[in-house]
Amino acid sequence: MTASDNPILTIENLTVDFLSEGDPVRAVDNVSFNVCPGETLVILGESGSGKSVSTGTVMGLIDCPPGDIVAGSLIFDGTDLSRLDENARRMLNGRRIAMIFQDPLAHLNPVYTVGRQIAEVFEAHGNGDVGSVRDTVVKLLERVGIPDAAKRVDYYPHQFSGGQRQRVMIAMAIALKPEILIADEPTTALDVSVQSQILELLSDLQRETGMALIMITHDLEVAAAMADRIIVMNGGKVVESGKAQDVFTNPVHAYTRRLMSAAPFGGACPERPRTKVRGEALLQVQHLSKHYVLGAGPFSPKKEFRAVDDVSFTVHQGETVGIVGESGSGKSSIARMLLRLDQPTTGQAFFAGEDILTLEGRALNSFRRRVQMVFQDPFGSMNPRMNVYSIISEPWVIHRDILPRPRWDDRVVELLELVGLKAEHAHRHPHQFSGGQRQRVAIARALASEPDLIVCDEAVSALDVSIQMQIIGLLADLRDRLGLSYIFITHDLPIVREFADRILVMQQGKVVEESDTEMLFNSPKHAYTKSLLDSVPRPKWHGNSLTRHL
Amino acid sequence: MLGYISRRAYHSIISLIGLLTLVFFLTRLTGDPSALYLPLDSSLEARAAFARLNGLDQPIHVQFLQYLQNLLSLDFGQSLRQNRSAIEVALEAFPATLKLAVVAMTLATALAILVGALAAARPRSLFDRIAGLVSLAGASMPDFWIAIVGILVFAVGFGLLPTSGTGTGLHWIMPIAVLMLRPFGLLVQVVRGTMISALASPYIKTAQAKGMKRRKIIFGHALRNSLLPVITVAGDLATGLINGAVVVETIFGWPGIGKLMIDSIIQRDFAVVQSTILVTAVAIFIVNIAIDVLYVTLDPRIRY
Amino acid sequence: MVDVTVPSLKSPGNARQLAIYLARDKLALCAALFLIVLFACVLFGPLLVGDLAGKLGLRQRNLAPFSAEQGFVYVLGADTLGRPILARLIVGAQNTLAIAAAAVFCSMAAGGMLGLIAGYSERWYSHVILRLADVIMSFPSLLLALIVLYTLGPSMTNLVIVLAITRIPIFIRTARAEVLELRERMFVSAARSMGASSGRILFRHIAPLVAPTLGTIAAIDFATVILAESSLSFLGLGIQPPDFTWGAMVANGRGYLSSAWWIAFWPGLAILLTTLSLNILASWARTVADPLQRWRLQSLRKAPR
Repeated sequence: MTASDNPILTIENLTVDFLSEGDPVRAVDNVSFNVCPGETLVILGESGSGKSVSTGTVMGLIDCPPGDIVAGSLIFDGTDLSRLDENARRMLNGRRIAMIFQDPLAHLNPVYTVGRQIAEVFEAHGNGDVGSVRDTVVKLLERVGIPDAAKRVDYYPHQFSGGQRQRVMIAMAIALKPEILIADEPTTALDVSVQSQILELLSDLQRETGMALIMITHDLEVAAAMADRIIVMNGGKVVESGKAQDVFTNPVHAYTRRLMSAAPFGGACPERPRTKVRGEALLQVQHLSKHYVLGAGPFSPKKEFRAVDDVSFTVHQGETVGIVGESGSGKSSIARMLLRLDQPTTGQAFFAGEDILTLEGRALNSFRRRVQMVFQDPFGSMNPRMNVYSIISEPWVIHRDILPRPRWDDRVVELLELVGLKAEHAHRHPHQFSGGQRQRVAIARALASEPDLIVCDEAVSALDVSIQMQIIGLLADLRDRLGLSYIFITHDLPIVREFADRILVMQQGKVVEESDTEMLFNSPKHAYTKSLLDSVPRPKWHGNSLTRHL
Repeated sequence: MLGYISRRAYHSIISLIGLLTLVFFLTRLTGDPSALYLPLDSSLEARAAFARLNGLDQPIHVQFLQYLQNLLSLDFGQSLRQNRSAIEVALEAFPATLKLAVVAMTLATALAILVGALAAARPRSLFDRIAGLVSLAGASMPDFWIAIVGILVFAVGFGLLPTSGTGTGLHWIMPIAVLMLRPFGLLVQVVRGTMISALASPYIKTAQAKGMKRRKIIFGHALRNSLLPVITVAGDLATGLINGAVVVETIFGWPGIGKLMIDSIIQRDFAVVQSTILVTAVAIFIVNIAIDVLYVTLDPRIRY
Repeated sequence: MVDVTVPSLKSPGNARQLAIYLARDKLALCAALFLIVLFACVLFGPLLVGDLAGKLGLRQRNLAPFSAEQGFVYVLGADTLGRPILARLIVGAQNTLAIAAAAVFCSMAAGGMLGLIAGYSERWYSHVILRLADVIMSFPSLLLALIVLYTLGPSMTNLVIVLAITRIPIFIRTARAEVLELRERMFVSAARSMGASSGRILFRHIAPLVAPTLGTIAAIDFATVILAESSLSFLGLGIQPPDFTWGAMVANGRGYLSSAWWIAFWPGLAILLTTLSLNILASWARTVADPLQRWRLQSLRKAPR
C-alpha cells in the first residue's frame, strides 16, 4: 500500500461545544489532524475524550443545537465542509466519505431488509436502476464475506450475527468506493476472533481501493494493529500524535504514558511472584451442567441447548482461577449457578465440604455470606436510589449476626479506605461516581460480609483501559492482604495473564483446556486456545500480517 | 400465526363469558322490569303472567342456566321493549356505529400521523407549538360539552348544521368531528413522541451518513419505525371510541349501538343489553386481531 | 455518543432547577398557575361561597353573564333557579376533583400492588391478575361503569370504585412491565446473591424505582378520570342532587341551550381548562425528564468566538 502525502482531509483547530444549562460543555477543543489517501489514522482515546464528536462533525452528524461548532475548518479535497449547505453536504456523505459504527444492530433499521438498506446508498446518489442495483448489492455482500449472499440479501438485520451485521455495515459504506472511511469503534461489541476478521477485511478493502481510513478506538491492540499514524485524545484535546510505533514505544505526554503502560506489548510488564504452594481446596465443582430447552412449539421438535456442559474444576484457598471464553461460552452461567441465582441441571459443587447446589433456607443464607460476586456493570449492580452507606451495609441488614449496628459507621469507612475511597464518599449515590470508583464500591460491598471467595464476572470489561489495570491491582492487593480466592471470568485474555494463577478456557459450554497461566500462554494445547491467542491483534509495525496466524 | 389467533380467540371467549356472567347478574339486580312494561294499575295476576312468560319467576340461577343453554343454541333472548329477537335489535343498530367509528378513526389516525410527523421533524417550531396545543386540547376535551357547544354554534347560532338525527351528509359532520377529536389529540402526542425518539436512533445517523434526503429519512426510516407503537395505541383508542359513541349518539340522536345500550339499561331490557355487549366485544376482538396481523407485517422481528 | 453532564433530576436542590425550567415554558407556567388557583379555590372557596351555591334567587333567574349590578358572584351568570354559576363552579370543583383524586389514588395503590405481584411472581395468581386486567381493558370502560352504576345505584363511593376499577389495568400493566425489567437488573441479582428475601427485594429494591413511574401515570390519568367522571355525571349516573359535579352542571344546562347557553358552557370550559392544564404539565414534565429533550428548556449560552 502506498500512502500519498497530500492530505485528502485536513481538520484545523476544530472546537465543538455541547450547550447545556449555564456554560457550554467543551467536547472537542482545538483539534487538528489530517489523513492522506491510503493511510490509516487511528484516533485513540477513552470514553468522553471527544474522539467520536470530532469525526461526527466531518459527516455533519452532530445535531446543532445542542451541539455547537465554535471554530475550525474541515477541508476535504479543497472544499471547506463547514461552509457547505445541507444538500451539498449530503451529496458527499456515503459517496465520498462513509462511516461505520460501533453497534451495527442499532445502526441498521430493524424493519427493512439489509439489501434494501444497502440499495438506498445507490438510490440516494442517483446511481443505477432497480434491476442492476440488486446484483451489485449481492456482489457487495459477497465481497464482505456474507455466505449465501444471493438469498440473504432479503434477510432482516436481526437474522444476522454480530460480526455479519458489521460486514453489512461495511458493504453499505464501501458501496460507492468512498475516498475516506470513518470507522467508529467498529469491533468493540465483537468477540476477539470476529474482531480480527473484521479488521482484516477493512485492511484488505483499503489496499484494494486506496481509501483513507480513520479509525476511532479505545483499544490499544486494535490501534496498534491498524494504525499508520495515531492521535491520542484526552478531555477533548489532542495530547499526542505521530507515527504509530513512536507513540507506542516512546510516548511523550504523561497521559499517553499511563495509557501505554497498560498495553501488553508496550514494554516488559512486571511479573507477579506466583504462590506456588496451593492451599486446601475451597471449592470443588463436579460435572456441572445447565441445559435449556428451546423451541418447544407445537410443530418444532424439542431442542436442547447446553449452556454449560459437564464442567469440573477446583479452586484452592488463596488461588485465582480465570475462566476465559467468548460470549455464549457459558462462563457467566457458571457464576450464576455457583451463586445460586440459577438452578443447575445436574452437578455438584462442594464448598467447605457441603454441596452448595442443594442448600436451602438458613444453610443457604450462611453460605451466601462466604461467596460474593462483583458484576460487570458496577452502575447496574447497585440500586440507584441507595447511597454508598446503605449499599455497603446491606449485607449486615440481611445477615444480622455479622456486625452489631453501632460498629457499622466505622466499618463502612474502613472498607471504603480499603478499596481506595474516602470516608466522605459514604453519603453519595452511585451516579455521582466514575466507573472505576463505582467498581471500588462494589468490591467494598463484596468484602462487607467477609467472604472467602469472590466471583468477578467481567468485572473490569466495562471500564477504560487505564482504570482496568487499577482495579486489577486493587483485587490483587486485597488477595494478598486478606487471603481471598477469586474466580475471575473474562473474555479478555491479556487481563488474566496479569492476574490469574490458573486458567480454564471455555467454548460452547465445555472446558477445552485447563492449565497454569504461564503454561497456557506459552504452549497452548487445544486448537481453540491457540486461535484465541492468535486472534489478539499484533502491532502493524511488526510486519504486514494483522494477526499471528497469518 | 393461526395458532396465535386461536389462542387469542380462546382467551377472548373466556373474557367474554366472564363479562356476560357479570352483566347477567348485575342487570338482574336492577329491579323488576314488569314495573316498566305493564300499566301501573295492572293486577298481580297480570304481573305474574308477564314474569312467567319471560321466565322471570324462576330463581336467578335457573334463569342463568337457561340463559347459557340458550346462548349455545344461538338464542340470545327476546327484547322486552320491541318484542323481537334481542340480537336482531343489536345487529340492526351496529352498522350505524360502525360507519361512524370507521370514518372517525381513519380520519383521526391519518391526520394525526401527518401532523405528528411534521411536528417532530422540527421540534419547538411554530408548527410544533400549535400542533402541540391543539392536540393537547383535543385530548383534554370533554366530548359531551364540545358536542353541545357545536350544536350551540353551528345549529342554533348559524343554522348551518342539523342538531340531531341522520339522513343527509350534513348530519355526519358534527358526530364525526366530536368523535375523532380525542383519538386525534392523543395520537398526535404519541406520533410526535415516538417520532422524536426514532429520529434520535442510531439508524438515523446511518441514513444521514449514507447521504439520504432528509424528507426520505423522516418518512422512510423514522416514521416507519414509530408506526409500531402508534398502532398499539390506535387499537386501544378504537376500543375507547365506543365510550365516545355512547355520548355522541345520545346527544346527536344517532341510532347506533351506544344509544341502544343506554336506552336498554334505563328500560331494563336485559336481553338487548347483553346482546349489545356481545356484538361490541366481538367487534373489539376482530379489531385486536387485525392490529396483531398489522404488527407482524410491519415488524419483521415479531413472529407468533 | 457524547457524555454531556446534565443536572440529574434526582439530585437534591433540583426544586429550584425545576422552577427555572417551568418559567422557561410559558404555557406550562400558565397551566401550573391555573392549577394552583383552582386548588386554592377547592380548599377555601366553599367556605366563602358555599352557601351562595344553593341560594335560589327569583330575580336572578337565567341571569346573563358579565352583568355587574348583581355583584361579583354573578359575573358568570346564574342558572334557571337563579343560583350564581361562579359559586356553583367552585363547589362543583371540590366534588369533581375529590372524586377523581380518590379514584386515581385507589387505582394506583391497588393496581401498583397487583402489578408488583404479577411482575415478580410466576404463580397462578399472577396469571389471574393479568387476565383480569385484560378483561377490563378489552371492554369500553364507560359501558361497564354505566351498567355497574345503574345496578348498584349512583353514590360517591360507588362512583370512586367504578372509576378506579376502569383505570386499574394501566397501573397493573405498567408496574408489571417495570418489575419484569427491574428484576433482571444486576442490582437485584446482587441482592439475591447476598441472601436478601423476596420481600426485601420487592419492597426495598424494586418498589421505590417503580413508584415514580406510577406517580407520573397517576398525574396523567387524573385528567382522564375527570373526563370519565364528567361523562358519567352528564349521563345522569354521577353523584346525585343536591350534590353535583361539573359534568352534572353541563347536563342541567343542556335543556336551555337556546335561551341560556352559559349554564352549560362554563362548567364544560372549567373541565377543559383543568384537564388541558394537567396534560400541558405532563407534556412539560416529559420534556424535562428526557435527556435528549431537556436542552430545549435550558438557557443555552454559546462560547464567545
